[in-house]
Amino acid sequence: MKLSEKEIYQLICSIPDPEIPVITIEELGILREVRLEGTKVIVSITPTYSGCPAMKAIEQEIFSILKEKGITDLEVKTVFSPVWTTDWLTDYAKEKLTAYGIAPPLHSTNDKNVLLNRSIHCPRCGSTNTEMISHFGSTACKALYRCGGCLEVFDYFKCH
Amino acid sequence: MSALKNLTAEYALRIGDTSLVLGQRLGEWCGHGPILEEDIALTNISLDLIGQARAFLTYAGELEGRGRTEDDLAFQRDERDFRNNLMVEQPNGDYAHTMLRQFFVSAFHYYFFSELCKSKDTTLAALAEKSLKEVTYHLRHSSEWIIRFGDGTPESNLRMLEAIDTLYRFTGDMFASNDIDNELLKAGIAVDMTVVYANWMKKVESVFAQATLTVPKDCFMITGGIKGIHSEHLGHLLSEMQVLPRSFPGVEW
Repeated sequence: MKLSEKEIYQLICSIPDPEIPVITIEELGILREVRLEGTKVIVSITPTYSGCPAMKAIEQEIFSILKEKGITDLEVKTVFSPVWTTDWLTDYAKEKLTAYGIAPPLHSTNDKNVLLNRSIHCPRCGSTNTEMISHFGSTACKALYRCGGCLEVFDYFKCH
Repeated sequence: MSALKNLTAEYALRIGDTSLVLGQRLGEWCGHGPILEEDIALTNISLDLIGQARAFLTYAGELEGRGRTEDDLAFQRDERDFRNNLMVEQPNGDYAHTMLRQFFVSAFHYYFFSELCKSKDTTLAALAEKSLKEVTYHLRHSSEWIIRFGDGTPESNLRMLEAIDTLYRFTGDMFASNDIDNELLKAGIAVDMTVVYANWMKKVESVFAQATLTVPKDCFMITGGIKGIHSEHLGHLLSEMQVLPRSFPGVEW
Protein backbone atom coordinates (compact mmCIF):
# COMPACT_ATOMS: atom_id res chain seq x y z
CA MET A 1 0.00 0.00 0.00
CA LYS A 2 1.34 3.40 -0.94
CA LEU A 3 1.48 5.92 1.89
CA SER A 4 0.55 9.55 1.40
CA GLU A 5 2.78 12.47 2.32
CA LYS A 6 0.64 13.12 5.37
CA GLU A 7 0.79 9.51 6.52
CA ILE A 8 4.57 9.45 6.19
CA TYR A 9 4.77 12.72 8.11
CA GLN A 10 2.67 11.19 10.89
CA LEU A 11 5.05 8.23 11.09
CA ILE A 12 8.15 10.31 11.68
CA CYS A 13 6.92 13.48 13.39
CA SER A 14 7.04 11.93 16.85
CA ILE A 15 10.72 10.98 16.67
CA PRO A 16 12.25 12.38 19.87
CA ASP A 17 15.20 14.73 19.71
CA PRO A 18 18.25 12.60 20.61
CA GLU A 19 19.62 15.23 23.00
CA ILE A 20 16.33 16.37 24.56
CA PRO A 21 14.13 13.28 24.36
CA VAL A 22 11.05 14.95 25.85
CA ILE A 23 10.39 16.92 22.69
CA THR A 24 9.87 15.68 19.18
CA ILE A 25 11.53 16.79 15.99
CA GLU A 26 8.20 18.29 14.94
CA GLU A 27 7.84 20.36 18.12
CA LEU A 28 11.45 21.47 17.81
CA GLY A 29 10.82 22.66 14.27
CA ILE A 30 13.48 20.39 12.78
CA LEU A 31 11.08 18.45 10.54
CA ARG A 32 10.16 20.74 7.68
CA GLU A 33 8.45 18.75 4.97
CA VAL A 34 7.65 15.35 3.50
CA ARG A 35 7.29 15.27 -0.25
CA LEU A 36 6.60 12.51 -2.74
CA GLU A 37 8.23 12.54 -6.16
CA GLY A 38 6.86 9.52 -7.95
CA THR A 39 7.90 6.63 -5.72
CA LYS A 40 10.65 8.65 -4.05
CA VAL A 41 10.14 10.08 -0.58
CA ILE A 42 11.97 13.30 0.23
CA VAL A 43 12.11 14.37 3.86
CA SER A 44 13.47 17.86 4.60
CA ILE A 45 14.99 18.61 7.97
CA THR A 46 16.80 21.72 9.20
CA PRO A 47 19.57 21.91 11.81
CA THR A 48 19.18 23.99 14.96
CA TYR A 49 22.92 24.65 14.90
CA SER A 50 25.22 24.06 11.92
CA GLY A 51 27.25 21.46 13.77
CA CYS A 52 24.42 19.79 15.63
CA PRO A 53 25.50 16.13 15.87
CA ALA A 54 21.90 15.07 16.48
CA MET A 55 21.10 15.58 12.80
CA LYS A 56 22.80 12.34 11.80
CA ALA A 57 20.95 10.40 14.50
CA ILE A 58 17.63 11.93 13.41
CA GLU A 59 18.34 11.05 9.80
CA GLN A 60 19.11 7.44 10.72
CA GLU A 61 15.94 7.22 12.78
CA ILE A 62 13.86 8.48 9.85
CA PHE A 63 15.49 5.88 7.61
CA SER A 64 14.89 3.02 10.02
CA ILE A 65 11.24 3.92 10.72
CA LEU A 66 10.36 4.27 7.06
CA LYS A 67 12.29 1.16 6.11
CA GLU A 68 10.04 -0.83 8.42
CA LYS A 69 7.10 0.47 6.41
CA GLY A 70 8.72 -0.71 3.23
CA ILE A 71 9.97 2.68 2.07
CA THR A 72 13.49 2.38 0.70
CA ASP A 73 13.50 5.03 -2.02
CA LEU A 74 14.17 7.78 0.48
CA GLU A 75 16.22 10.95 0.60
CA VAL A 76 16.69 13.01 3.76
CA LYS A 77 17.61 16.53 2.74
CA THR A 78 19.15 19.14 5.03
CA VAL A 79 17.70 22.56 4.26
CA PHE A 80 19.01 25.87 5.58
CA SER A 81 16.38 28.28 4.39
CA PRO A 82 14.28 29.65 5.98
CA VAL A 83 16.79 29.62 8.80
CA TRP A 84 15.84 27.86 12.03
CA THR A 85 15.20 30.13 14.97
CA THR A 86 13.81 29.44 18.41
CA ASP A 87 10.53 30.73 16.94
CA TRP A 88 10.08 27.26 15.49
CA LEU A 89 9.69 25.85 18.99
CA THR A 90 6.02 25.44 19.78
CA ASP A 91 4.64 26.78 23.09
CA TYR A 92 3.85 23.22 24.06
CA ALA A 93 7.49 22.29 23.47
CA LYS A 94 8.60 25.19 25.67
CA GLU A 95 6.37 23.93 28.50
CA LYS A 96 7.83 20.46 28.13
CA LEU A 97 11.36 21.86 28.17
CA THR A 98 10.65 23.67 31.45
CA ALA A 99 9.18 20.53 32.98
CA TYR A 100 12.31 18.67 31.89
CA GLY A 101 14.52 21.21 33.69
CA ILE A 102 15.68 23.26 30.72
CA ALA A 103 14.77 26.94 30.71
CA PRO A 104 13.14 27.67 27.33
CA PRO A 105 14.24 30.61 25.19
CA LEU A 106 12.43 33.69 26.46
CA HIS A 107 12.47 36.07 23.57
CA SER A 108 12.16 34.11 20.42
CA THR A 109 13.44 36.39 17.78
CA ASN A 110 15.49 36.64 14.68
CA ASP A 111 17.05 39.90 15.81
CA LYS A 112 20.55 39.03 16.92
CA ASN A 113 20.76 42.11 19.16
CA VAL A 114 18.26 40.69 21.58
CA LEU A 115 19.69 37.18 21.52
CA LEU A 116 21.95 38.05 24.39
CA ASN A 117 21.57 39.09 28.03
CA ARG A 118 18.02 38.60 29.20
CA SER A 119 16.84 37.54 32.62
CA ILE A 120 16.10 33.87 32.64
CA HIS A 121 13.58 32.06 34.87
CA CYS A 122 14.90 29.09 36.81
CA PRO A 123 12.97 26.04 35.48
CA ARG A 124 12.84 24.58 39.00
CA CYS A 125 11.75 27.40 41.29
CA GLY A 126 10.79 30.11 38.82
CA SER A 127 13.18 32.68 40.29
CA THR A 128 14.68 35.28 37.96
CA ASN A 129 17.62 35.64 40.31
CA THR A 130 19.77 33.65 37.90
CA GLU A 131 23.25 34.10 36.56
CA MET A 132 25.04 32.70 33.58
CA ILE A 133 27.99 30.43 34.32
CA SER A 134 28.94 29.81 30.70
CA HIS A 135 27.65 30.82 27.27
CA PHE A 136 28.22 27.25 26.22
CA GLY A 137 26.47 24.31 27.83
CA SER A 138 26.15 20.57 27.43
CA THR A 139 25.06 20.95 23.81
CA ALA A 140 25.54 23.67 21.22
CA CYS A 141 22.00 24.97 21.69
CA LYS A 142 22.26 25.48 25.45
CA ALA A 143 24.00 27.77 27.94
CA LEU A 144 24.76 27.00 31.57
CA TYR A 145 23.05 29.00 34.35
CA ARG A 146 22.88 28.95 38.13
CA CYS A 147 19.81 29.95 40.16
CA GLY A 148 20.41 32.29 43.10
CA GLY A 149 17.07 31.24 44.63
CA CYS A 150 17.31 27.46 44.83
CA LEU A 151 21.05 27.31 44.01
CA GLU A 152 20.47 24.72 41.29
CA VAL A 153 22.50 24.71 38.11
CA PHE A 154 20.38 24.45 34.96
CA ASP A 155 20.55 24.51 31.17
CA TYR A 156 19.07 27.39 29.22
CA PHE A 157 18.00 26.82 25.63
CA LYS A 158 19.71 29.76 23.94
CA CYS A 159 17.73 32.21 21.92
CA HIS A 160 18.64 31.79 18.33
CA MET B 1 27.11 31.51 -16.03
CA SER B 2 29.27 28.47 -15.50
CA ALA B 3 32.29 30.75 -15.05
CA LEU B 4 30.41 32.46 -12.23
CA LYS B 5 29.60 29.07 -10.79
CA ASN B 6 33.28 28.11 -10.67
CA LEU B 7 34.17 31.38 -9.00
CA THR B 8 31.42 30.89 -6.43
CA ALA B 9 32.73 27.37 -5.76
CA GLU B 10 36.16 28.83 -5.01
CA TYR B 11 34.56 31.48 -2.81
CA ALA B 12 32.59 28.88 -0.82
CA LEU B 13 35.80 26.87 -0.47
CA ARG B 14 37.55 29.80 1.22
CA ILE B 15 34.74 30.22 3.71
CA GLY B 16 34.52 26.49 4.38
CA ASP B 17 38.29 26.01 4.73
CA THR B 18 38.58 28.91 7.16
CA SER B 19 35.89 27.45 9.42
CA LEU B 20 37.28 23.92 9.08
CA VAL B 21 40.87 24.78 9.98
CA LEU B 22 39.88 26.86 13.01
CA GLY B 23 37.46 24.13 14.09
CA GLN B 24 40.30 21.60 13.92
CA ARG B 25 42.62 23.92 15.89
CA LEU B 26 40.07 24.40 18.65
CA GLY B 27 39.50 20.65 18.75
CA GLU B 28 43.11 20.33 19.93
CA TRP B 29 41.98 21.96 23.19
CA CYS B 30 39.46 19.20 23.88
CA GLY B 31 40.27 17.78 27.30
CA HIS B 32 43.00 20.40 27.84
CA GLY B 33 40.95 23.54 28.61
CA PRO B 34 42.09 25.60 31.61
CA ILE B 35 38.72 25.07 33.30
CA LEU B 36 35.81 22.79 32.45
CA GLU B 37 33.55 25.62 31.21
CA GLU B 38 36.22 26.81 28.80
CA ASP B 39 36.91 23.30 27.59
CA ILE B 40 33.21 22.99 26.79
CA ALA B 41 33.08 26.47 25.26
CA LEU B 42 35.96 25.80 22.87
CA THR B 43 34.58 22.48 21.73
CA ASN B 44 31.15 24.09 21.26
CA ILE B 45 32.72 26.78 19.10
CA SER B 46 34.70 24.13 17.25
CA LEU B 47 31.51 22.18 16.58
CA ASP B 48 29.77 25.28 15.21
CA LEU B 49 32.72 25.95 12.91
CA ILE B 50 32.92 22.38 11.64
CA GLY B 51 29.17 22.48 11.02
CA GLN B 52 29.62 25.64 8.98
CA ALA B 53 32.54 24.08 7.12
CA ARG B 54 30.44 21.04 6.22
CA ALA B 55 27.71 23.21 4.70
CA PHE B 56 30.04 25.51 2.76
CA LEU B 57 32.25 22.66 1.52
CA THR B 58 29.22 20.63 0.45
CA TYR B 59 28.04 23.64 -1.53
CA ALA B 60 31.50 24.19 -3.03
CA GLY B 61 31.51 20.55 -4.15
CA GLU B 62 28.06 20.87 -5.73
CA LEU B 63 29.01 24.00 -7.64
CA GLU B 64 32.25 22.47 -8.79
CA GLY B 65 30.28 19.58 -10.26
CA ARG B 66 33.07 17.00 -10.07
CA GLY B 67 31.25 14.89 -7.54
CA ARG B 68 33.47 15.81 -4.61
CA THR B 69 31.76 15.64 -1.21
CA GLU B 70 32.51 17.61 1.93
CA ASP B 71 34.69 14.73 3.11
CA ASP B 72 36.64 14.57 -0.16
CA LEU B 73 37.33 18.27 0.09
CA ALA B 74 38.30 18.16 3.76
CA PHE B 75 40.41 15.02 3.73
CA GLN B 76 41.73 14.52 0.20
CA ARG B 77 43.28 17.89 -0.60
CA ASP B 78 46.83 18.96 0.06
CA GLU B 79 48.00 22.07 1.82
CA ARG B 80 48.38 24.10 -1.37
CA ASP B 81 44.74 23.45 -2.26
CA PHE B 82 43.43 24.93 0.98
CA ARG B 83 42.05 28.45 0.78
CA ASN B 84 41.70 29.36 4.45
CA ASN B 85 43.30 32.55 5.75
CA LEU B 86 46.62 32.37 7.57
CA MET B 87 45.16 33.46 10.92
CA VAL B 88 43.14 30.32 11.58
CA GLU B 89 46.05 27.93 11.02
CA GLN B 90 48.26 29.59 13.64
CA PRO B 91 49.03 27.32 16.60
CA ASN B 92 46.97 27.52 19.77
CA GLY B 93 49.84 28.77 21.93
CA ASP B 94 48.71 29.78 25.41
CA TYR B 95 45.14 30.76 26.23
CA ALA B 96 45.80 34.41 25.38
CA HIS B 97 46.92 33.36 21.88
CA THR B 98 43.91 31.08 21.40
CA MET B 99 41.47 33.74 22.55
CA LEU B 100 43.04 36.57 20.59
CA ARG B 101 42.99 34.46 17.41
CA GLN B 102 39.37 33.61 18.19
CA PHE B 103 38.47 37.24 18.76
CA PHE B 104 40.08 38.40 15.51
CA VAL B 105 38.36 35.64 13.53
CA SER B 106 34.98 35.88 15.28
CA ALA B 107 34.84 39.64 14.73
CA PHE B 108 35.77 39.03 11.09
CA HIS B 109 33.13 36.29 10.80
CA TYR B 110 30.48 38.47 12.41
CA TYR B 111 30.83 41.32 9.94
CA PHE B 112 31.60 39.05 6.99
CA PHE B 113 28.46 36.92 7.49
CA SER B 114 26.40 40.07 8.19
CA GLU B 115 27.30 41.21 4.68
CA LEU B 116 27.01 37.77 3.08
CA CYS B 117 23.38 37.53 4.29
CA LYS B 118 22.62 40.02 1.51
CA SER B 119 24.26 37.89 -1.21
CA LYS B 120 22.29 37.26 -4.38
CA ASP B 121 23.39 33.65 -4.12
CA THR B 122 20.53 32.38 -1.96
CA THR B 123 22.46 29.37 -0.65
CA LEU B 124 25.38 31.50 0.52
CA ALA B 125 22.92 33.96 2.06
CA ALA B 126 21.07 31.21 3.95
CA LEU B 127 24.28 29.64 5.24
CA ALA B 128 25.52 33.09 6.28
CA GLU B 129 22.34 33.77 8.21
CA LYS B 130 22.71 30.48 10.04
CA SER B 131 26.40 31.03 10.78
CA LEU B 132 25.87 34.61 11.92
CA LYS B 133 23.76 33.47 14.86
CA GLU B 134 26.54 31.15 15.97
CA VAL B 135 29.46 33.52 15.59
CA THR B 136 27.54 36.16 17.57
CA TYR B 137 28.16 33.98 20.61
CA HIS B 138 31.77 33.31 19.63
CA LEU B 139 32.42 37.02 19.37
CA ARG B 140 30.88 37.83 22.71
CA HIS B 141 32.77 35.03 24.45
CA SER B 142 36.16 35.92 22.99
CA SER B 143 35.66 39.68 23.52
CA GLU B 144 35.17 39.09 27.23
CA TRP B 145 38.42 37.16 27.39
CA ILE B 146 40.36 39.92 25.63
CA ILE B 147 39.14 42.40 28.25
CA ARG B 148 39.85 39.98 31.10
CA PHE B 149 43.40 39.36 29.88
CA GLY B 150 44.24 42.91 28.85
CA ASP B 151 42.79 44.62 31.90
CA GLY B 152 43.70 41.81 34.30
CA THR B 153 46.98 41.18 36.09
CA PRO B 154 50.42 42.26 34.85
CA GLU B 155 51.00 38.64 33.82
CA SER B 156 47.76 38.32 31.85
CA ASN B 157 48.37 41.69 30.21
CA LEU B 158 51.86 40.58 29.20
CA ARG B 159 50.50 37.36 27.72
CA MET B 160 48.01 39.35 25.66
CA LEU B 161 50.71 41.74 24.44
CA GLU B 162 52.79 38.78 23.32
CA ALA B 163 49.77 37.30 21.53
CA ILE B 164 49.12 40.58 19.71
CA ASP B 165 52.78 40.72 18.75
CA THR B 166 52.58 37.23 17.22
CA LEU B 167 49.13 37.29 15.63
CA TYR B 168 48.35 40.80 14.46
CA ARG B 169 50.47 40.35 11.33
CA PHE B 170 48.02 37.71 10.08
CA THR B 171 44.90 39.87 10.40
CA GLY B 172 45.37 41.37 6.93
CA ASP B 173 45.00 37.96 5.30
CA MET B 174 41.41 37.64 6.56
CA PHE B 175 40.43 40.54 4.28
CA ALA B 176 42.57 39.57 1.30
CA SER B 177 40.74 39.63 -2.01
CA ASN B 178 41.55 39.13 -5.69
CA ASP B 179 39.84 39.02 -9.10
CA ILE B 180 37.46 36.34 -7.88
CA ASP B 181 36.08 38.72 -5.27
CA ASN B 182 35.85 41.54 -7.79
CA GLU B 183 33.90 39.45 -10.30
CA LEU B 184 31.57 38.06 -7.64
CA LEU B 185 31.11 41.48 -6.07
CA LYS B 186 29.95 42.82 -9.41
CA ALA B 187 27.45 39.96 -9.61
CA GLY B 188 26.18 40.76 -6.11
CA ILE B 189 27.40 37.42 -4.75
CA ALA B 190 30.54 38.27 -2.76
CA VAL B 191 30.93 40.82 0.00
CA ASP B 192 32.94 44.00 -0.09
CA MET B 193 35.97 43.27 2.12
CA THR B 194 36.66 46.97 2.66
CA VAL B 195 33.28 47.24 4.43
CA VAL B 196 34.02 44.15 6.52
CA TYR B 197 37.45 45.52 7.41
CA ALA B 198 36.11 48.93 8.48
CA ASN B 199 33.53 47.33 10.78
CA TRP B 200 36.06 44.84 12.10
CA MET B 201 38.57 47.57 12.93
CA LYS B 202 35.92 49.57 14.82
CA LYS B 203 35.10 46.50 16.91
CA VAL B 204 38.75 45.66 17.60
CA GLU B 205 39.47 49.26 18.63
CA SER B 206 36.50 49.33 20.96
CA VAL B 207 37.30 46.00 22.68
CA PHE B 208 41.03 46.81 22.86
CA ALA B 209 40.22 50.18 24.46
CA GLN B 210 38.19 48.43 27.17
CA ALA B 211 41.05 45.96 27.61
CA THR B 212 43.62 48.80 27.95
CA LEU B 213 45.34 47.51 24.81
CA THR B 214 46.52 49.37 21.74
CA VAL B 215 45.89 48.30 18.16
CA PRO B 216 49.26 48.09 16.35
CA LYS B 217 49.81 50.70 13.68
CA ASP B 218 51.50 50.17 10.31
CA CYS B 219 52.05 46.49 10.92
CA PHE B 220 53.47 44.44 8.04
CA MET B 221 50.86 41.91 6.94
CA ILE B 222 51.65 38.36 5.84
CA THR B 223 49.20 37.15 3.20
CA GLY B 224 48.75 34.22 0.85
CA GLY B 225 45.86 32.05 2.07
CA ILE B 226 43.57 32.57 -0.92
CA LYS B 227 46.44 31.57 -3.22
CA GLY B 228 47.19 28.46 -1.18
CA ILE B 229 50.47 29.86 0.15
CA HIS B 230 50.34 28.95 3.82
CA SER B 231 52.48 29.13 6.92
CA GLU B 232 54.40 26.04 7.96
CA HIS B 233 51.71 25.16 10.50
CA LEU B 234 48.94 24.15 8.10
CA GLY B 235 50.69 21.04 6.78
CA HIS B 236 51.14 19.66 10.27
CA LEU B 237 47.52 20.37 11.14
CA LEU B 238 46.33 18.61 7.98
CA SER B 239 48.57 15.60 8.53
CA GLU B 240 46.86 14.98 11.84
CA MET B 241 43.38 15.73 10.52
CA GLN B 242 43.70 13.65 7.35
CA VAL B 243 45.76 10.66 8.45
CA LEU B 244 42.91 8.23 8.99
CA PRO B 245 40.97 8.61 5.72
CA ARG B 246 44.25 8.76 3.80
CA SER B 247 45.76 5.67 5.42
CA PHE B 248 42.54 3.69 5.05
CA PRO B 249 40.87 4.98 1.88
CA GLY B 250 37.10 4.57 1.92
CA VAL B 251 37.04 3.63 5.58
CA GLU B 252 33.73 4.07 7.38
CA TRP B 253 32.97 3.89 11.06
